[in-house]
Amino acid sequence: MQAKRDQDFFWEGIDRGELLAQKCDACATLRHPPAARCAACGSDEWSAVPLSGEGRILAFIDSVHPSRRDENSRCVCLVDLPEGLRMVSSLIDPENAVNGAAVRFEIADYDGQMLPLIRTVEAGQ
Amino acid sequence: MSAAGQTAITGIGQTAYTKESGRTVMSLCAEASAQAIADAGLEPGDIDGLVSFTMDTNSDHDLQTALGLPMVRYTAKAPFGGEGAYATFQLAAAAIESGQANNVLIFRAFNERSESRFGQPSYNAGSMRGFHKSLGLVTPGQVYALWHKPFLDARGMTNEDLGLLVVQMRAWAANNPAAWFYGRPITLEDHQRSRWIVEPVLRLYDFCQETDGGVAFVVSRLDKARASGRPVVRVLGVQQCWPLGETMMYNYYKQDLVFPEDTVRVAEALWEQTGLSPAEIDVSTIYDNFSSSIPISYEGYGLCGRGEVGDAIRAGELGPGGSTPVNTNGGLIGEAYLHGLNNAAECVRQMRGTSPNQIAEAKIALCAGRQCGMVLARE
Repeated sequence: MQAKRDQDFFWEGIDRGELLAQKCDACATLRHPPAARCAACGSDEWSAVPLSGEGRILAFIDSVHPSRRDENSRCVCLVDLPEGLRMVSSLIDPENAVNGAAVRFEIADYDGQMLPLIRTVEAGQ
Repeated sequence: MSAAGQTAITGIGQTAYTKESGRTVMSLCAEASAQAIADAGLEPGDIDGLVSFTMDTNSDHDLQTALGLPMVRYTAKAPFGGEGAYATFQLAAAAIESGQANNVLIFRAFNERSESRFGQPSYNAGSMRGFHKSLGLVTPGQVYALWHKPFLDARGMTNEDLGLLVVQMRAWAANNPAAWFYGRPITLEDHQRSRWIVEPVLRLYDFCQETDGGVAFVVSRLDKARASGRPVVRVLGVQQCWPLGETMMYNYYKQDLVFPEDTVRVAEALWEQTGLSPAEIDVSTIYDNFSSSIPISYEGYGLCGRGEVGDAIRAGELGPGGSTPVNTNGGLIGEAYLHGLNNAAECVRQMRGTSPNQIAEAKIALCAGRQCGMVLARE
Protein backbone atom coordinates (compact mmCIF):
# COMPACT_ATOMS: atom_id res chain seq x y z
CA MET A 1 0.00 0.00 0.00
CA GLN A 2 1.27 3.44 -0.89
CA ALA A 3 2.09 5.72 2.04
CA LYS A 4 -0.29 8.62 2.55
CA ARG A 5 0.88 12.08 1.65
CA ASP A 6 0.99 14.65 4.44
CA GLN A 7 -1.93 16.49 2.86
CA ASP A 8 -4.27 13.54 2.23
CA PHE A 9 -6.22 14.09 5.48
CA PHE A 10 -7.15 17.57 4.24
CA TRP A 11 -8.77 16.31 1.04
CA GLU A 12 -10.45 13.40 2.84
CA GLY A 13 -11.94 16.07 5.13
CA ILE A 14 -13.06 18.15 2.16
CA ASP A 15 -14.78 15.08 0.70
CA ARG A 16 -16.69 14.72 4.02
CA GLY A 17 -17.55 18.45 3.99
CA GLU A 18 -15.00 19.41 6.67
CA LEU A 19 -12.29 22.09 6.59
CA LEU A 20 -9.36 20.75 8.61
CA ALA A 21 -5.86 21.69 9.66
CA GLN A 22 -3.05 19.85 11.43
CA LYS A 23 -2.64 20.52 15.14
CA CYS A 24 0.55 19.39 16.88
CA ASP A 25 -0.22 16.84 19.62
CA ALA A 26 2.77 18.01 21.66
CA CYS A 27 2.59 21.83 21.55
CA ALA A 28 -0.85 22.48 19.99
CA THR A 29 0.56 24.65 17.18
CA LEU A 30 -1.71 24.71 14.13
CA ARG A 31 -0.11 24.47 10.69
CA HIS A 32 -1.06 24.87 7.05
CA PRO A 33 -0.03 23.80 4.43
CA PRO A 34 0.41 20.35 5.94
CA ALA A 35 3.90 19.25 6.95
CA ALA A 36 5.42 16.02 8.22
CA ARG A 37 6.72 17.56 11.43
CA CYS A 38 5.98 20.50 13.72
CA ALA A 39 8.47 23.30 13.01
CA ALA A 40 7.78 24.77 16.48
CA CYS A 41 8.62 21.76 18.65
CA GLY A 42 9.76 18.95 16.38
CA SER A 43 6.96 16.52 17.15
CA ASP A 44 5.71 14.32 14.34
CA GLU A 45 2.47 13.50 16.20
CA TRP A 46 -0.52 15.50 15.09
CA SER A 47 -4.30 15.45 14.82
CA ALA A 48 -6.65 16.91 12.25
CA VAL A 49 -8.90 19.56 13.81
CA PRO A 50 -11.84 21.41 12.27
CA LEU A 51 -11.45 25.12 11.47
CA SER A 52 -14.16 27.73 12.01
CA GLY A 53 -14.56 28.24 8.27
CA GLU A 54 -14.32 32.00 8.69
CA GLY A 55 -11.74 34.30 7.14
CA ARG A 56 -10.84 37.65 5.65
CA ILE A 57 -9.46 38.47 2.20
CA LEU A 58 -5.88 39.74 2.41
CA ALA A 59 -5.32 40.08 -1.35
CA PHE A 60 -6.83 38.82 -4.59
CA ILE A 61 -6.12 38.50 -8.31
CA ASP A 62 -8.08 37.61 -11.40
CA SER A 63 -6.83 34.30 -12.78
CA VAL A 64 -7.45 33.36 -16.41
CA HIS A 65 -6.38 29.89 -17.48
CA PRO A 66 -3.89 30.67 -20.29
CA SER A 67 -4.98 27.89 -22.62
CA ARG A 68 -8.70 28.02 -21.77
CA ARG A 69 -9.17 31.77 -22.03
CA ASP A 70 -12.80 31.50 -23.07
CA GLU A 71 -13.71 30.01 -19.71
CA ASN A 72 -14.67 32.10 -16.71
CA SER A 73 -11.80 33.60 -14.80
CA ARG A 74 -11.35 32.82 -11.12
CA CYS A 75 -10.79 35.29 -8.33
CA VAL A 76 -7.93 33.77 -6.35
CA CYS A 77 -7.57 35.08 -2.79
CA LEU A 78 -5.21 34.93 0.13
CA VAL A 79 -7.43 34.33 3.14
CA ASP A 80 -6.41 35.04 6.73
CA LEU A 81 -8.18 32.70 9.15
CA PRO A 82 -9.04 33.65 12.75
CA GLU A 83 -7.02 30.59 13.83
CA GLY A 84 -3.86 32.41 12.64
CA LEU A 85 -3.45 30.38 9.47
CA ARG A 86 -3.53 31.57 5.86
CA MET A 87 -5.04 29.70 2.90
CA VAL A 88 -5.34 30.21 -0.82
CA SER A 89 -8.89 29.93 -2.08
CA SER A 90 -11.07 31.19 -4.89
CA LEU A 91 -14.08 33.41 -4.43
CA ILE A 92 -17.48 32.22 -5.60
CA ASP A 93 -18.81 35.81 -5.80
CA PRO A 94 -15.87 37.74 -7.33
CA GLU A 95 -17.99 40.87 -7.79
CA ASN A 96 -17.69 41.35 -4.02
CA ALA A 97 -13.90 41.01 -3.89
CA VAL A 98 -12.31 43.68 -1.72
CA ASN A 99 -9.34 43.57 0.62
CA GLY A 100 -10.51 42.94 4.18
CA ALA A 101 -13.86 41.41 3.20
CA ALA A 102 -15.21 38.77 5.59
CA VAL A 103 -15.64 35.40 3.91
CA ARG A 104 -16.89 31.95 4.80
CA PHE A 105 -15.52 28.71 3.36
CA GLU A 106 -17.92 26.73 1.27
CA ILE A 107 -16.90 23.28 0.09
CA ALA A 108 -18.20 23.04 -3.44
CA ASP A 109 -17.62 21.39 -6.80
CA TYR A 110 -15.35 23.11 -9.32
CA ASP A 111 -14.43 21.33 -12.56
CA GLY A 112 -15.59 18.00 -11.10
CA GLN A 113 -13.58 18.33 -7.89
CA MET A 114 -14.69 19.24 -4.37
CA LEU A 115 -12.64 22.26 -3.26
CA PRO A 116 -12.53 24.68 -0.30
CA LEU A 117 -13.97 27.79 -1.97
CA ILE A 118 -15.04 31.02 -0.26
CA ARG A 119 -18.01 33.38 -0.43
CA THR A 120 -18.20 36.86 1.05
CA VAL A 121 -20.34 37.40 4.14
CA GLU A 122 -22.54 40.48 4.18
CA ALA A 123 -21.92 42.88 7.02
CA GLY A 124 -24.04 42.02 10.05
CA GLN A 125 -24.81 38.53 8.77
CA MET B 1 29.00 33.31 6.72
CA SER B 2 31.14 32.35 3.76
CA ALA B 3 34.44 34.16 3.33
CA ALA B 4 34.30 35.11 -0.33
CA GLY B 5 36.44 37.79 -1.88
CA GLN B 6 39.21 35.60 -3.24
CA THR B 7 37.61 34.81 -6.59
CA ALA B 8 37.11 36.69 -9.84
CA ILE B 9 34.77 36.26 -12.76
CA THR B 10 37.26 35.88 -15.59
CA GLY B 11 35.01 34.80 -18.45
CA ILE B 12 31.47 35.33 -19.70
CA GLY B 13 29.76 33.76 -22.69
CA GLN B 14 26.28 33.90 -24.17
CA THR B 15 24.52 32.60 -27.23
CA ALA B 16 22.12 34.67 -29.29
CA TYR B 17 18.88 35.11 -27.34
CA THR B 18 16.04 33.92 -29.58
CA LYS B 19 12.49 32.60 -29.49
CA GLU B 20 13.29 29.46 -31.47
CA SER B 21 16.89 28.32 -31.45
CA GLY B 22 16.34 25.25 -33.63
CA ARG B 23 19.17 23.61 -31.69
CA THR B 24 19.55 21.24 -28.81
CA VAL B 25 19.83 22.72 -25.35
CA MET B 26 23.26 21.12 -24.93
CA SER B 27 24.57 22.79 -28.06
CA LEU B 28 23.49 26.16 -26.60
CA CYS B 29 25.06 25.26 -23.27
CA ALA B 30 28.33 24.21 -24.89
CA GLU B 31 28.51 27.31 -27.10
CA ALA B 32 28.07 29.70 -24.18
CA SER B 33 30.52 27.66 -22.09
CA ALA B 34 33.21 27.53 -24.77
CA GLN B 35 32.85 31.29 -25.22
CA ALA B 36 33.25 31.89 -21.49
CA ILE B 37 36.37 29.70 -21.35
CA ALA B 38 37.93 31.51 -24.33
CA ASP B 39 36.92 34.88 -22.86
CA ALA B 40 38.83 33.95 -19.70
CA GLY B 41 41.92 33.19 -21.80
CA LEU B 42 41.76 29.57 -20.66
CA GLU B 43 41.67 26.14 -22.29
CA PRO B 44 39.20 23.33 -21.57
CA GLY B 45 41.95 21.64 -19.57
CA ASP B 46 41.92 24.54 -17.11
CA ILE B 47 38.29 23.99 -16.09
CA ASP B 48 38.02 21.63 -13.13
CA GLY B 49 34.62 22.56 -11.66
CA LEU B 50 31.05 22.62 -12.97
CA VAL B 51 28.23 24.47 -11.21
CA SER B 52 24.63 25.21 -12.09
CA PHE B 53 21.27 25.08 -10.28
CA THR B 54 18.76 22.28 -9.91
CA MET B 55 16.29 23.58 -12.51
CA ASP B 56 18.92 23.38 -15.24
CA THR B 57 18.57 20.12 -17.19
CA ASN B 58 22.03 19.92 -18.79
CA SER B 59 24.01 16.97 -17.49
CA ASP B 60 27.47 17.74 -16.15
CA HIS B 61 28.79 14.69 -17.93
CA ASP B 62 27.31 15.65 -21.31
CA LEU B 63 28.75 19.15 -20.97
CA GLN B 64 32.15 17.75 -20.02
CA THR B 65 32.02 15.57 -23.13
CA ALA B 66 30.88 18.41 -25.39
CA LEU B 67 33.67 20.69 -24.17
CA GLY B 68 36.37 18.01 -23.89
CA LEU B 69 37.17 18.79 -20.25
CA PRO B 70 39.92 16.30 -19.37
CA MET B 71 39.22 16.18 -15.61
CA VAL B 72 36.38 17.57 -13.48
CA ARG B 73 37.02 17.52 -9.73
CA TYR B 74 34.09 19.53 -8.36
CA THR B 75 30.37 19.72 -9.18
CA ALA B 76 27.51 21.39 -7.33
CA LYS B 77 23.96 22.61 -7.84
CA ALA B 78 22.27 25.51 -6.08
CA PRO B 79 18.56 25.09 -5.26
CA PHE B 80 15.99 25.98 -7.96
CA GLY B 81 17.31 28.92 -10.04
CA GLY B 82 15.80 32.30 -10.79
CA GLU B 83 15.70 34.38 -7.61
CA GLY B 84 18.34 31.97 -6.28
CA ALA B 85 20.50 31.84 -9.42
CA TYR B 86 23.42 33.83 -8.03
CA ALA B 87 24.03 31.21 -5.34
CA THR B 88 26.02 29.44 -8.08
CA PHE B 89 28.78 32.00 -7.59
CA GLN B 90 28.87 31.19 -3.87
CA LEU B 91 29.26 27.48 -4.67
CA ALA B 92 32.06 28.31 -7.11
CA ALA B 93 33.78 30.54 -4.55
CA ALA B 94 33.45 27.86 -1.88
CA ALA B 95 35.20 25.36 -4.13
CA ILE B 96 37.97 27.74 -5.16
CA GLU B 97 38.63 29.26 -1.73
CA SER B 98 38.84 25.80 -0.16
CA GLY B 99 41.28 24.61 -2.80
CA GLN B 100 38.94 22.09 -4.42
CA ALA B 101 38.93 23.77 -7.82
CA ASN B 102 40.86 26.44 -9.71
CA ASN B 103 38.47 27.45 -12.48
CA VAL B 104 34.74 26.74 -12.14
CA LEU B 105 32.37 26.90 -15.10
CA ILE B 106 28.83 28.13 -14.27
CA PHE B 107 26.21 27.41 -16.93
CA ARG B 108 22.51 27.70 -17.72
CA ALA B 109 20.86 26.94 -21.06
CA PHE B 110 17.35 26.06 -22.19
CA ASN B 111 14.86 26.27 -25.01
CA GLU B 112 12.44 27.99 -22.69
CA ARG B 113 10.31 29.41 -25.49
CA SER B 114 10.36 26.72 -28.18
CA GLU B 115 10.39 23.60 -26.00
CA SER B 116 9.34 23.86 -22.35
CA ARG B 117 7.65 27.13 -21.50
CA PHE B 118 7.48 28.03 -17.81
CA GLY B 119 4.41 30.17 -18.48
CA GLN B 120 2.26 27.32 -19.70
CA PRO B 121 -0.34 25.98 -17.27
CA SER B 122 1.00 23.28 -15.02
CA TYR B 123 -2.49 22.16 -14.05
CA ASN B 124 -5.59 21.05 -15.84
CA ALA B 125 -8.95 19.63 -14.86
CA GLY B 126 -8.53 16.17 -13.39
CA SER B 127 -5.08 16.82 -11.92
CA MET B 128 -4.61 15.76 -8.30
CA ARG B 129 -6.01 18.37 -5.90
CA GLY B 130 -3.58 20.72 -4.21
CA PHE B 131 -3.52 23.98 -2.29
CA HIS B 132 -2.59 26.30 -5.16
CA LYS B 133 -3.09 25.00 -8.69
CA SER B 134 -6.55 23.58 -7.98
CA LEU B 135 -7.65 26.95 -6.67
CA GLY B 136 -6.61 28.85 -9.79
CA LEU B 137 -2.86 29.52 -9.57
CA VAL B 138 -1.71 27.70 -12.70
CA THR B 139 1.06 29.94 -14.07
CA PRO B 140 4.05 31.70 -12.50
CA GLY B 141 2.52 35.10 -13.29
CA GLN B 142 -0.52 34.29 -11.18
CA VAL B 143 1.57 32.73 -8.42
CA TYR B 144 3.86 35.76 -8.11
CA ALA B 145 1.16 38.40 -8.61
CA LEU B 146 -0.80 37.13 -5.61
CA TRP B 147 2.31 37.13 -3.43
CA HIS B 148 3.45 40.61 -4.60
CA LYS B 149 0.02 42.23 -4.27
CA PRO B 150 0.16 42.87 -0.48
CA PHE B 151 3.51 44.65 -0.92
CA LEU B 152 2.22 46.80 -3.77
CA ASP B 153 -0.93 47.60 -1.76
CA ALA B 154 1.13 48.56 1.29
CA ARG B 155 3.24 50.91 -0.85
CA GLY B 156 0.23 52.37 -2.63
CA MET B 157 1.57 51.18 -5.98
CA THR B 158 -0.62 50.38 -8.97
CA ASN B 159 0.01 48.74 -12.33
CA GLU B 160 0.65 52.23 -13.71
CA ASP B 161 3.63 52.52 -11.35
CA LEU B 162 4.89 49.17 -12.64
CA GLY B 163 4.38 50.63 -16.13
CA LEU B 164 6.68 53.54 -15.29
CA LEU B 165 9.23 50.97 -14.16
CA VAL B 166 8.91 48.89 -17.33
CA VAL B 167 9.37 52.03 -19.46
CA GLN B 168 12.76 52.47 -17.74
CA MET B 169 13.75 48.81 -18.29
CA ARG B 170 12.73 49.03 -21.94
CA ALA B 171 14.76 52.24 -22.41
CA TRP B 172 17.88 50.30 -21.39
CA ALA B 173 16.94 47.35 -23.62
CA ALA B 174 16.34 49.64 -26.58
CA ASN B 175 20.08 50.44 -26.59
CA ASN B 176 21.31 46.85 -26.09
CA PRO B 177 21.83 44.97 -29.39
CA ALA B 178 21.58 41.60 -27.59
CA ALA B 179 18.16 42.46 -26.16
CA TRP B 180 14.89 41.09 -27.55
CA PHE B 181 13.49 44.62 -27.33
CA TYR B 182 16.53 46.30 -28.93
CA GLY B 183 15.40 49.45 -30.68
CA ARG B 184 11.88 49.15 -29.25
CA PRO B 185 11.37 51.53 -26.30
CA ILE B 186 7.83 52.04 -25.03
CA THR B 187 5.81 54.77 -23.38
CA LEU B 188 3.57 54.44 -20.36
CA GLU B 189 0.62 54.58 -22.74
CA ASP B 190 1.99 51.58 -24.66
CA HIS B 191 2.36 49.71 -21.40
CA GLN B 192 -1.14 50.56 -20.24
CA ARG B 193 -2.56 49.44 -23.60
CA SER B 194 -0.93 46.01 -23.35
CA ARG B 195 -3.48 43.41 -22.28
CA TRP B 196 -4.06 42.23 -18.75
CA ILE B 197 -2.56 38.85 -18.01
CA VAL B 198 -3.14 38.87 -14.23
CA GLU B 199 -5.48 41.72 -13.38
CA PRO B 200 -4.95 43.99 -11.45
CA VAL B 201 -1.21 43.36 -11.07
CA LEU B 202 0.45 42.35 -14.35
CA ARG B 203 -0.05 43.26 -18.00
CA LEU B 204 1.72 41.63 -20.95
CA TYR B 205 4.65 44.07 -20.80
CA ASP B 206 5.22 43.30 -17.13
CA PHE B 207 6.40 39.80 -18.02
CA CYS B 208 9.94 38.66 -18.78
CA GLN B 209 10.91 37.36 -22.21
CA GLU B 210 10.61 33.62 -22.71
CA THR B 211 13.94 32.81 -24.33
CA ASP B 212 15.95 30.09 -26.03
CA GLY B 213 19.62 30.48 -25.24
CA GLY B 214 22.58 29.85 -22.99
CA VAL B 215 24.85 31.84 -20.72
CA ALA B 216 28.04 30.82 -18.92
CA PHE B 217 30.75 32.16 -16.64
CA VAL B 218 34.22 31.18 -15.52
CA VAL B 219 35.07 31.87 -11.88
CA SER B 220 38.79 31.71 -11.05
CA ARG B 221 41.25 32.25 -8.23
CA LEU B 222 41.72 35.99 -7.68
CA ASP B 223 45.53 35.78 -7.56
CA LYS B 224 45.67 33.89 -10.87
CA ALA B 225 43.20 36.31 -12.45
CA ARG B 226 45.36 39.26 -11.37
CA ALA B 227 48.49 37.62 -12.75
CA SER B 228 46.85 36.94 -16.12
CA GLY B 229 46.94 40.55 -17.26
CA ARG B 230 43.29 40.24 -18.35
CA PRO B 231 40.34 42.25 -16.95
CA VAL B 232 39.65 41.31 -13.33
CA VAL B 233 36.12 41.46 -11.96
CA ARG B 234 36.38 40.51 -8.31
CA VAL B 235 33.59 38.74 -6.47
CA LEU B 236 33.66 40.85 -3.32
CA GLY B 237 30.77 39.06 -1.71
CA VAL B 238 28.06 36.53 -2.44
CA GLN B 239 25.37 35.31 -0.05
CA GLN B 240 22.24 33.17 0.20
CA CYS B 241 19.50 33.47 2.85
CA TRP B 242 16.51 31.16 3.19
CA PRO B 243 14.62 32.18 6.34
CA LEU B 244 12.15 29.67 7.78
CA GLY B 245 8.69 30.45 6.43
CA GLU B 246 9.80 31.99 3.12
CA THR B 247 9.40 29.83 0.03
CA MET B 248 10.48 30.19 -3.60
CA MET B 249 7.15 30.25 -5.43
CA TYR B 250 4.08 30.05 -3.18
CA ASN B 251 5.39 32.51 -0.63
CA TYR B 252 2.06 33.09 1.08
CA TYR B 253 2.29 31.65 4.55
CA LYS B 254 4.52 33.92 6.62
CA GLN B 255 2.70 36.45 8.79
CA ASP B 256 4.08 39.62 7.20
CA LEU B 257 3.99 39.48 3.40
CA VAL B 258 5.19 43.08 3.08
CA PHE B 259 8.58 42.65 4.75
CA PRO B 260 10.95 40.73 2.40
CA GLU B 261 12.95 39.01 5.10
CA ASP B 262 15.03 36.85 2.76
CA THR B 263 16.13 39.81 0.63
CA VAL B 264 16.82 42.02 3.64
CA ARG B 265 18.96 39.31 5.25
CA VAL B 266 20.93 38.70 2.03
CA ALA B 267 21.63 42.43 1.82
CA GLU B 268 22.74 42.65 5.48
CA ALA B 269 25.07 39.70 4.98
CA LEU B 270 26.53 41.25 1.84
CA TRP B 271 27.22 44.59 3.51
CA GLU B 272 28.83 42.79 6.43
CA GLN B 273 30.94 40.66 4.10
CA THR B 274 32.06 43.50 1.82
CA GLY B 275 32.14 46.42 4.24
CA LEU B 276 30.06 48.36 1.73
CA SER B 277 26.69 50.06 1.99
CA PRO B 278 23.89 50.51 -0.57
CA ALA B 279 25.08 54.08 -1.23
CA GLU B 280 28.33 52.70 -2.66
CA ILE B 281 26.59 50.61 -5.34
CA ASP B 282 27.14 52.21 -8.75
CA VAL B 283 24.94 49.90 -10.80
CA SER B 284 22.62 46.97 -10.08
CA THR B 285 20.72 44.18 -11.67
CA ILE B 286 17.56 42.97 -9.94
CA TYR B 287 15.89 39.67 -10.80
CA ASP B 288 12.81 40.65 -12.78
CA ASN B 289 10.80 37.64 -13.88
CA PHE B 290 7.94 40.14 -13.43
CA SER B 291 8.06 43.90 -13.06
CA SER B 292 6.48 43.53 -9.61
CA SER B 293 9.56 41.62 -8.40
CA ILE B 294 11.79 44.68 -8.72
CA PRO B 295 10.25 47.04 -6.11
CA ILE B 296 10.48 44.44 -3.34
CA SER B 297 14.16 43.72 -3.95
CA TYR B 298 15.05 47.37 -4.64
CA GLU B 299 13.73 48.30 -1.23
CA GLY B 300 14.97 45.09 0.42
CA TYR B 301 18.56 45.77 -0.68
CA GLY B 302 18.29 49.31 0.65
CA LEU B 303 18.62 51.11 -2.70
CA CYS B 304 15.98 53.42 -1.24
CA GLY B 305 14.48 53.87 2.20
CA ARG B 306 11.66 51.66 3.48
CA GLY B 307 8.44 52.71 1.73
CA GLU B 308 10.16 54.91 -0.86
CA VAL B 309 10.31 52.60 -3.87
CA GLY B 310 7.19 54.06 -5.50
CA ASP B 311 8.68 57.55 -5.39
CA ALA B 312 12.01 56.29 -6.79
CA ILE B 313 10.22 54.65 -9.72
CA ARG B 314 8.08 57.71 -10.41
CA ALA B 315 11.24 59.86 -10.38
CA GLY B 316 12.91 57.60 -12.97
CA GLU B 317 15.75 56.65 -10.64
CA LEU B 318 16.13 53.12 -12.08
CA GLY B 319 16.36 54.11 -15.75
CA PRO B 320 18.85 56.00 -17.92
CA GLY B 321 20.03 59.10 -16.08
CA GLY B 322 18.65 57.85 -12.76
CA SER B 323 20.63 57.81 -9.52
CA THR B 324 20.37 54.02 -9.07
CA PRO B 325 20.61 52.44 -12.54
CA VAL B 326 18.98 48.98 -12.52
CA ASN B 327 19.09 46.30 -15.24
CA THR B 328 21.13 48.27 -17.76
CA ASN B 329 20.84 45.29 -20.15
CA GLY B 330 17.07 45.72 -20.08
CA GLY B 331 16.79 42.92 -17.53
CA LEU B 332 14.80 39.76 -17.97
CA ILE B 333 11.90 41.93 -19.15
CA GLY B 334 13.82 43.71 -21.89
CA GLU B 335 16.86 41.60 -22.79
CA ALA B 336 16.09 37.91 -22.25
CA TYR B 337 15.08 35.41 -19.61
CA LEU B 338 18.12 33.25 -18.96
CA HIS B 339 16.71 32.41 -15.55
CA GLY B 340 18.51 35.35 -13.97
CA LEU B 341 22.05 34.69 -15.11
CA ASN B 342 22.05 37.11 -18.05
CA ASN B 343 21.65 39.84 -15.42
CA ALA B 344 24.87 38.61 -13.77
CA ALA B 345 26.62 38.85 -17.15
CA GLU B 346 25.53 42.49 -17.38
CA CYS B 347 27.09 43.20 -13.98
CA VAL B 348 30.36 41.73 -15.28
CA ARG B 349 30.20 43.91 -18.41
CA GLN B 350 29.56 46.99 -16.26
CA MET B 351 32.65 46.17 -14.20
CA ARG B 352 34.69 45.68 -17.40
CA GLY B 353 33.41 48.90 -18.93
CA THR B 354 31.83 47.07 -21.87
CA SER B 355 28.07 47.42 -21.30
CA PRO B 356 26.09 48.96 -24.17
CA ASN B 357 24.67 51.19 -21.44
CA GLN B 358 27.93 51.71 -19.59
CA ILE B 359 27.62 53.66 -16.34
CA ALA B 360 30.58 56.06 -16.23
CA GLU B 361 33.12 55.33 -13.48
CA ALA B 362 31.14 52.32 -12.23
CA LYS B 363 33.34 50.39 -9.80
CA ILE B 364 30.87 48.40 -7.69
CA ALA B 365 27.97 46.34 -9.02
CA LEU B 366 25.18 44.58 -7.15
CA CYS B 367 23.64 41.47 -8.71
CA ALA B 368 20.44 41.01 -6.72
CA GLY B 369 18.01 38.15 -6.37
CA ARG B 370 15.53 37.51 -3.63
CA GLN B 371 17.32 34.69 -1.83
CA CYS B 372 20.84 35.46 -2.98
CA GLY B 373 22.96 38.34 -4.12
CA MET B 374 26.47 39.16 -5.21
CA VAL B 375 28.67 42.24 -5.15
CA LEU B 376 31.29 42.67 -7.88
CA ALA B 377 34.17 45.12 -8.03
CA ARG B 378 36.20 46.46 -10.91
CA GLU B 379 39.96 46.22 -10.45
